[in-house]
This record gives sequence, C-alpha cells and structure tokens, in this order.
Amino acid sequence: MAEIVLETVGLTMRFGGVVAADNVNFRLKAGELRCLIGPNGAGKSTFFKCVTGLLSPTGGQVFMRGHETTGWHPHQVAALGVGIKTQVPNLMDGLDVHENIWMAARRFLPMQDAMRKTAEVIERLALGPIARTELGRLAHGERQRVELGLVVAGDPWLVLLDEPAAGMSADDVERMSAIIRDMTRTAAVVIVEHDMQFIRSIASTVTVFHQGAVLMEDHVDRVMADPTVRNVYLGKKA
Amino acid sequence: MASFWAKEVPATLLVAALLIWVMPMLIGTYTLTVLVIYGMLGFSLGLIWGFGGILCFGQAAFFGLGAYTYAIAAINIGDSTLPMLLAVLVPAGFAALLGAMMFYGRLTDVYLGVITLVVTLILFKFINSTAGPGYVIGKARLGGFNGIPGFQTLNVPGRPDVYIFGDPFYYFCAVLLLIVYLLVSWLLKSSFGRVAIGIRENETRVALMGYDVRARKTVLFSIGAAIAGLAGALFANWGEIVTPNLFSLGQSAEIIIWCIVGGLGTRVGPIVGAAGLAYLKFLLGQQSMIDNTLLTGIILVLFVLFLPKGLVPAVVSLWRISFGQRRSIRKHGARRIRSGSMGNG
Ligand SMILES: Nc1ncnc2c1ncn2[C@@H]1O[C@H](COP(=O)(O)OP(=O)(O)OP(=O)(O)O)[C@@H](O)[C@H]1O
Ligand SMILES: [Mg+2]
Repeated sequence: MAEIVLETVGLTMRFGGVVAADNVNFRLKAGELRCLIGPNGAGKSTFFKCVTGLLSPTGGQVFMRGHETTGWHPHQVAALGVGIKTQVPNLMDGLDVHENIWMAARRFLPMQDAMRKTAEVIERLALGPIARTELGRLAHGERQRVELGLVVAGDPWLVLLDEPAAGMSADDVERMSAIIRDMTRTAAVVIVEHDMQFIRSIASTVTVFHQGAVLMEDHVDRVMADPTVRNVYLGKKA
Repeated sequence: MASFWAKEVPATLLVAALLIWVMPMLIGTYTLTVLVIYGMLGFSLGLIWGFGGILCFGQAAFFGLGAYTYAIAAINIGDSTLPMLLAVLVPAGFAALLGAMMFYGRLTDVYLGVITLVVTLILFKFINSTAGPGYVIGKARLGGFNGIPGFQTLNVPGRPDVYIFGDPFYYFCAVLLLIVYLLVSWLLKSSFGRVAIGIRENETRVALMGYDVRARKTVLFSIGAAIAGLAGALFANWGEIVTPNLFSLGQSAEIIIWCIVGGLGTRVGPIVGAAGLAYLKFLLGQQSMIDNTLLTGIILVLFVLFLPKGLVPAVVSLWRISFGQRRSIRKHGARRIRSGSMGNG
C-alpha cells in the first residue's frame, strides 16, 4: 500500500457560528491526484488554509508524511516540501517573473543550482518571452501560470492548488492540465476546481465538500452520476 | 552580482569621491557634516521601509539610543573606539528584541506603527525624567532634559588625545556613509536582500515558499537600527551634547518625510531627501519670515500630490525619457519601457 502523505483527522474550523470545515477526515496517498469540488462556501478553501497553516484549525489534527503539522506556520509547512497556490493570487507584483521563480527555487537550493532551476522552470512552463516582465503587468492566465511555476520550482512532494484554472481561456486550461499531469509524476496533488471539463480531463478520485463536511468521495464518473451531488452542486449550476 | 562589482561599485566610488570633494566648496563642512549624518539616518529608514516594507514610526529612537550609548560609553571608557561600536550594537540589539516581539506576535502593520511610536514616546519621557542625581550609569549622569555634555569625542583609535574634528570629521562621516551605502547595496543584491524585497511585495507568498518571514524581518529591522545608531553616535560627536530631543516624535516624523520626498524604494532617495530638507531647514533657520515646520509640511503635501514616488524616481524617469529611450527600445524590441524604478536608484 502506498504511503499516506496527507491525512486530516476530525479537522474542524469555526468562524463564530459558521462551521466552515466540519470534522473532515481526509487521506491522500503518494502520487495521487485528487480533486475537491463543492458549491461556493462549501469550505474547500478553508480546508486548504487549515492544512497549509494559513489558518489554525479550531479542532482536529493534520499529518504530513508522519509529521503532525497541526498549527504549524505556513513557512514550516512549505519547508517540508509542500507547494501551495492559494485561491486569491499571491504573487510579488513589483518583481519580474524570473525573480519570482528564482525566489521559490532559492529556498531549497544553493545559488548556482537555483539559477539553473529557474531557467528550467521558465522553459518548462513556456514563460521565456515574459521572463523579464513585472508580474503586475501580466494577464490573468499568465499570472496563474507563473504561480504554478513558483510551486514547481520548490520541487514539492505535495501540491495544493486552489482553483488554478479559474478565469482562464480554453488554451490556457489545456496547458495547465498538461503541467499538472506532469507534476503528478513526482508529487501528490490536490486541486480545488469548479470546471467539470477540467476535472474529467485530469482526475480519477473526487472528494465532494458540502457545508464544511465531506459529502462523498469516489471516482469522478460515479460522483457525477450521483443524484445527491447533482442536487447540491451540479443542480445549482444547471 | 558580477555587474555589481564591475560597474556599480566603481561608479558609486567615483560619484561619491567627486561629491565628497566638491560639496565643501559649496557648503561649510560643519553644516555639511550634519547633512551627511541625517543622510545616513534617512538611509536607515529607507532600507527597512523602502525595501523591507516595515514602516517604523520610531526610527528616531534608535538614533537617540545610538547617541546616548556613545555619550555614556565615552564618559566611562575614554577612548572613542569602543563607544562607537557599542552605539551600533546597542540599538541593533534593542531593535532585534523589539522586532522579534512584533513580528513573532503576528502584529499587523498598523500595530507595528503604533508600537514603534509608543516605544519612542516612552524613551523620550524616560530620558526626560532622569534629571535627578540618582540616574547614573557608571561615571555618566543622564541629566534629564539637559542631556549629557562633555563626553570624549571621536579620537584616533588608541590615542584619546588626538581628536578627529572639523574637516577630518566631515570626511570621516562621508566615508562612513559611503561604506554603509555600499554594504547595504551588496546586501540588497544578496539572496537575503532579494527575499526581503519579496517580503515587501507579498509577505504571504514568501512564507508559502518556505521562508521564515518573521526572522528575516527581525534581522532587517535590526540592521536598520544599527545604521540609525551609527548616525546617532556621529551626531553626538558633531553636537558634542546629547539631549532627549533626539528621541522626539518630531524627529521620527521628519525621517519619514525625508524618505517620501526623496523617493521610497530607492537607495539614494532617502539620503537626498534627508540632506536636502535638512539644508532647507538650515537656510530657513537664518530668517524668520516662513515657519520651518509649516514649510516642511507644505513640501510633503506637494510631493504626495504631484510627485508621489519622490524626487529621485522622478529624476530617473525624466532621465530615461530624455536620454535612455532609444537605447532601451533597441534592447527590448517593441516592448514597453519599464517605468517602475523600484529597486534601482
Ligand atoms: N475568515 C473568515 N471569517 C469568517 N467566515 C469565513 C472566513 N473564511 C471563510 N468563511 C466562511 O466559511 C465558509 C467556507 O468558505 P470557503 O472560502 O472555505 O468556501 P469555498 O468552498 O472555498 O468556496 P468557493 O468555491 O467560493 O471558493 C463560507 O461560509 C465563508 O463565508
Ligand atoms: Mg474557495
């Protein structure tokens, strides 16, 4: 049996009266690609934030590769080898693409290797033509791609992506799924996404969130066919 | 890094040497010395605020702490060498403690401002209240609002009877500012400096990359305090007296204004802003028609309205528009010329 790289036990996050994450038990195996879906406000981002340390959960535990990481700071979680893309873009807007990616690479590598890694990531994500452009001047799709580049540059073994394809053109989405498939060769990946087309194209197992709790976890086809899921999620969209 | 040693360092040395040589022909060295010292003080805030994104309302506290440390140590020790060193280390240590408290406590920027402001106020009130004979450190009486006069001023290391004052003191201060400038330039080009700029741009992102933002901010804050402390020690030598006014909020506010007017996010800007505004104040001090504080206020408002990026970035863009355009188009093809000058200067 493959190693469990991420596990949450009874993870709970309350904001006053709102229970944004409700007793979430989640397990992810090494090399797995998992999609999280659920309607707006289901608690997907909150779940991510609790795992990455951006929020301190009010209850429950988080384990990563055997470490208990509950209540750790984001930089400690990231330093373990966890790559994170938040839902709200988090980039260094005043710096250029090269500098952004270099900084991610430099965290884990000495200077010369970091330079090489930066060039490699820029090449791999086809960012060459915009490498010296400030992030603040880039289009939305390009920014999303750079943020993925920051994640890749750290060579993570666990990747958490919150809506990486949101607001992208079909071409960009195509390119994005290729990059993500590439990532799964070296890392376990969890993706929050709304785009069903996209999910079908990359994922096998899907976890459905609803009102903070896990509603269902199964193969993408069975999840899509499930009447309850269609009701809470797809039904709303139709 | 290669172009830093090959181009920037020689160019900086050349320009600095020229300035150090020419300026005494325009302004008396006594006044010039204090302009250089204020330049260093402005530079210290310019570093942590402009490159680290840490807005400190209490930079004067480190300046005053440096000055007082020097005065007290000089009275007790005699030779000025060790007191100069202590005047750098004590503010740096104090800032490291204060910074650790603030940054590890996950304080937001607003509270950071409030705390640095309050610490300055407390120091000011405390020093002001030390007039009694009970307040002594070794042989030094703190003297309350009267300050501490009559301490050993700068001397050749190991020779307490050979003083460095007048013109040589000006050259000493100017060369120290140059050294500090070069060291900071090198720091900003190093990985530590580049990550610090990243923290200014987006703290969350840098943390998500795995960098300990709290530790790095604390270190940068402490470096800024060390530079302010050095400026304070030089100021003590220049004035030959230290008073609680060094800690005043007015002084802190002025440092912030220097940075805004000169150009935040550049290295030269805060130095130019500090020296320029201080010189203006000096000129205005010789007449009584216009109130000094009022004028500083008006200048600040005008800059915020019309040159919000400050003097140095404005001059740099003007320079690029008039001379640099043809070259940059050839270099970057048809792409737009980068206008932001953050990190240059
Ligand atoms: N910082 C906060 N303070 C108070 N309530 C919050 C906070 N963050 C999230 N919530 C609430 O928690 C619930 C879950 O929000 P969350 O952002 O996790 O949903 P989501 O599944 O990511 O939704 P979306 O698909 O829109 O991104 C929502 O009801 C939201 O209003
Ligand atoms: Mg969300």
